[in-house]
Order: sequence, then C-alpha cells, then structure tokens
Amino acid sequence: MILDLARFVETGRPHWTALERALDWLESRPDPSMSLEELERFHGLYQRASADLAKVSALASEGELRRYLEWIVSRAYAEIHEARERRKFRPWRWITAEFPRTFRRHVRAFQLAVALTLLGSAFGALAMRIDPEAKYVLMPFEGLQTSPAQRVARERELQGKQLAGKKGRFSAELMTHNTQVALTTIALGMTFGFGTVAVLFYNGVILGAVALDYIRGGQAVFLLGWLLPHGVIEIPAILVGGQTGLVLAYALIGWGSRVSRPDRLRAVLRDLVTLAGGAALMLVWAGIVEAFLSQYHEPVIPYGMKIAFGLVEAALLTLFLSRAGSK
Amino acid sequence: MRNRDALVIRTPEGIEFSLPLAGPFSRMLALVIDIAVIIMLGSFLEKVLAPLLVFGQDLADALAVIGYFVISDLQRWRWRGQTVGKRLLRLRVVDARGLRLEPSQVVVRNLMRFVDALPLLYLVGGVACVLSRYRQRLGDLAAGTVVVRTPKLVRPDLDQILGSKYNSLAEDRRLAARLRQKTSPAIARVALEALLRRDQLEPGARLQVFNELAAHFRTLAPYPPDAIEQLSDEQYVRNVVEVLYRPADRSAQVSVLASGS
Repeated sequence: MILDLARFVETGRPHWTALERALDWLESRPDPSMSLEELERFHGLYQRASADLAKVSALASEGELRRYLEWIVSRAYAEIHEARERRKFRPWRWITAEFPRTFRRHVRAFQLAVALTLLGSAFGALAMRIDPEAKYVLMPFEGLQTSPAQRVARERELQGKQLAGKKGRFSAELMTHNTQVALTTIALGMTFGFGTVAVLFYNGVILGAVALDYIRGGQAVFLLGWLLPHGVIEIPAILVGGQTGLVLAYALIGWGSRVSRPDRLRAVLRDLVTLAGGAALMLVWAGIVEAFLSQYHEPVIPYGMKIAFGLVEAALLTLFLSRAGSK
Repeated sequence: MRNRDALVIRTPEGIEFSLPLAGPFSRMLALVIDIAVIIMLGSFLEKVLAPLLVFGQDLADALAVIGYFVISDLQRWRWRGQTVGKRLLRLRVVDARGLRLEPSQVVVRNLMRFVDALPLLYLVGGVACVLSRYRQRLGDLAAGTVVVRTPKLVRPDLDQILGSKYNSLAEDRRLAARLRQKTSPAIARVALEALLRRDQLEPGARLQVFNELAAHFRTLAPYPPDAIEQLSDEQYVRNVVEVLYRPADRSAQVSVLASGS
C-alpha cells in the first residue's frame, strides 16, 4: 500500500488527539460513565485509530508513529472491550455478606484445610507420645520449651505483668506474624498447593504436640484458657488462608476442567481477594484478644471466664460464616 | 521476536497491536526504587507521627505493613498499574488480555510476592520471569497480568544528520513511495542509527556499513542511474533515510508524536 504519509498524519491527528484526551479523562476516574453520544463518539475514535494503525503497520519508517498508535489503540481497547462486572466496594457489605458467602462457596477447600491440619495434629501428638524428646524439634518456640507445669507456675507468678505497657506492641507483633503466616499460606497455593498443604500440616503438627504436652502435664484447663480466646479466631483464620491457597491451587491444576488456566485463575481472583481480606481481618481481632486477654491467667482472670469467652466467639464465628449474607 | 519481547493482542476488529514487555532487570530496578521510596516515606512518617503513637512502635510497624499493601494496591490501581519506580522507568502493569486492570488483579499480584520473594532476593519470581513466555513472575501468572514498557514516543532529531541538501531520491514520488513501502521498519531504524552514530565508527567499518546498507536499498527501488550516479554510499543512505523519515509535511508528524509522549 502506498500512502501519502504527510496527508495521512494531517487528517488523522485531530482524531488521535481527541481519542487521547478521552482516554486521559477515562483513566483519571475510577468509575467513569459516559452518555450514549459520548460512547458512540469514543467508539468511533477507537475504530478510526485502529484503522489508521492497520494502515501504518506496514510502513518502514513509521516505527514511532506505529508505536504511538498502538499505545492509544491498546488503551482504548482496554476501555471498550472490558466486560467484567464492576461492583462498588462497600466495606460493611463486603464483611457481612460477601466474605461469608465466598467462604461457603469454597467450603470444600476449607474442609480440606481442616482435614490437613487435623492430620498434622494427629502426627504431632503421636510423635510426642512416641518420643517426648521430639518436643524440642516440634515446638521451636522458647515459651513452649519448658514443662507445662513450670509455664503455669510462672504465669501465675507474673500475673500478666510481663506485658505491662507492652500489650499494644505484643498485639502488633502477633498480628504481623500471623498475617505473614496466613498470606504465605495463600501465596504458596501457586506451588500447585504443595506449599499450602505443607504449611497447614506443619501448623497441625505444632498444635497437636502442644495440646498433648499440656494434657499429659495435667494443664488442659490452662491450655483451653490460654488458647481458646484468640485461637478460636486465629486458627480458623489460618485455615481460611489455607482454604484460599487451595482454591488458587485448584484453579491452577484444573482437574477435569475444559476452561483454560488463565480463565480459571481469572474466575477465582475476586474470591481469593475476599477470602484473604477476611482472614486478615480475623487475625487482627485474634491479635488484639491474644495480647489483651489470652496472656492473663488465673488469678487475674478465671479460666472459666476465658473458656466461656472463647466458646462464645467460636459460636458467633460459626454462625457468621454459615449464615451471614444468606439470601 | 514478537512472542518473547512483546504481548501481541488481536482485537475483534482484526487489528493487531503489540505491547513491549519489560525485562526482569528493569523490573528489579523499579522494585529497588519502590523499596527506597517506602523506606524514606517510612522514616519520614516515623519522625512526624512518633509522638502521636499511643500504642507503641510495633503497632505502628504492623499498621505500616497493612498500610503498605493497602496504599500500594490503591496507588497501583489508580495509577493504572504504576508505582513510583515503574513510573520513573516507564513500566506499567497491564492485564494480559489488554483489558482494564481490576483491583482484584492488583491485590493478588501483590499477595504473591510472598512466594516470588522466596528464598531470597526474588529468586523464584526472577526465574519465573525469565522462563515464562510473557516474562511473568508468579504474581503475574496468578493475576493474569504482564509488565510492559511504555517507551517515550519522540522522533530523532533528523536535522542534525540530514540538513537541507537537494535529495534526488525524493524527486521521483512514485519510487520514493515504493521505497517507503518496501523497507522494513527494522532496516529503516538501522539506517537511521548508522547515520546518527557515523562519527563513532572506524573509517573502514563506516565504509562497510554504508556500503551494505546502500546495496540493500538499491535492490528495493530501481532508481535511474542519473538520479544516483554521483552519490557516495553514505549520501545514498542519507537520502533514503530522508525519504523514509521526512515526508513533505514533517511538522505534522513531529507534533503528533510529541503529544503522544
């Protein structure tokens, strides 16, 4: 095709500039809307620029001009061909309806996360029963290395004074650590789920080992009083993280699905974000409870009260995740 | 070249456009800039807000971690896939299908940093970026995004190499048009670069480069001998470049490209 380039540019330039202006306007607004006339005009400009791009594509010297037209056509293409539904983010609605609904939609992944953690717990408990010395390997945390009786005696003596003036800090440490664990569990879904499965199993191992250690040491009530207030939120939050990682892994693997992998991933993106956000919120609550309540033991706070608090929380969480947002 | 260096999208209207993909090193550099900005911003906020922090330093740290994700996600979404580092290096995160970047894509891409950063210095992400077809790290693969370059669209300063001498090749409009049609964009660019850098070439190499280029261009448009007989190879290439890059109304093009940059 032979093209009078000077004339081509001269006639095309006003349209390209108009398209660019429209694109700048559209891109500067998160939720833009146009009238029918504006839409028609915008679409017309896009078609014009596309046709010009087709003409200029074969021209030797016009690499820059082609790149310029490609750039505005690609931007216009993104605006015109986007068909995904856009919903305005409403925080309250997201927490009270979208998160629990999404949770229920992927409840099988949650059940699998629970099963993996229980399997890990059984393994941890068994390992502790067979080889008590394994405690130092299974529980690599300083606070858990002493015997349960010693720990309880120390906590009674301290009466939570070790955290005086540091509760905010301790709470923040817990939130940061737990959020990192949950987010890593989610991200490891990209390893086709192997990483997520490993983290869930390992968490279970620690939980099972700690539980057996305290039960055998005759400190079951202390354990419940210590773990329940924050654990009934924190452990499900990690499990929701695992659920998210497994949903991601399932989309990656796509057993029996005829849909392409990018499409499968695209289909679960919003759910992944919702579940991850829900898990993060739960961990914020768990961090506050752990710092401000869980670390206080008898005689400061009776165990019965802490256990009751934990049970109420568990009941409310169950009710929330199973019922909230139901139509 | 296209498969590896550019994301090619074919629209339903049958138009094809390509977006040049960013390499792992420019992306790493953008990340380093972003980290530096975050550190500077963090230390600034620490100094300004320290007296106001009732709950202590670590709560501030935790809020900073959460704040980083919220702000960087929000900023990347509002800036259409750009952070400070990406803006400076003219990189942009875009949807792998050329569509609008969704907030959920931005968040998932950022979440996957926990894996991409493993075991250290983004090794997993870097390897994935090198091995994947569209230079995607795991976060990009999960979110369905790619990072593209948005090169500055400016025309070279032709006046410094072309001047205002008579150009016998431009006289014959039919052959000039044929030359423009037959020359590939890559060869046109090579000829232009050769002229721009001619003083950096050794005399022997300079003769050889322009000899080969002139020989190539002679095969594309059969100019009559009287139009080219007095021209050296370098002058011939110079005239060809003028035909290719400088049509009759050159001011029109320059201003169009300037508005796109």
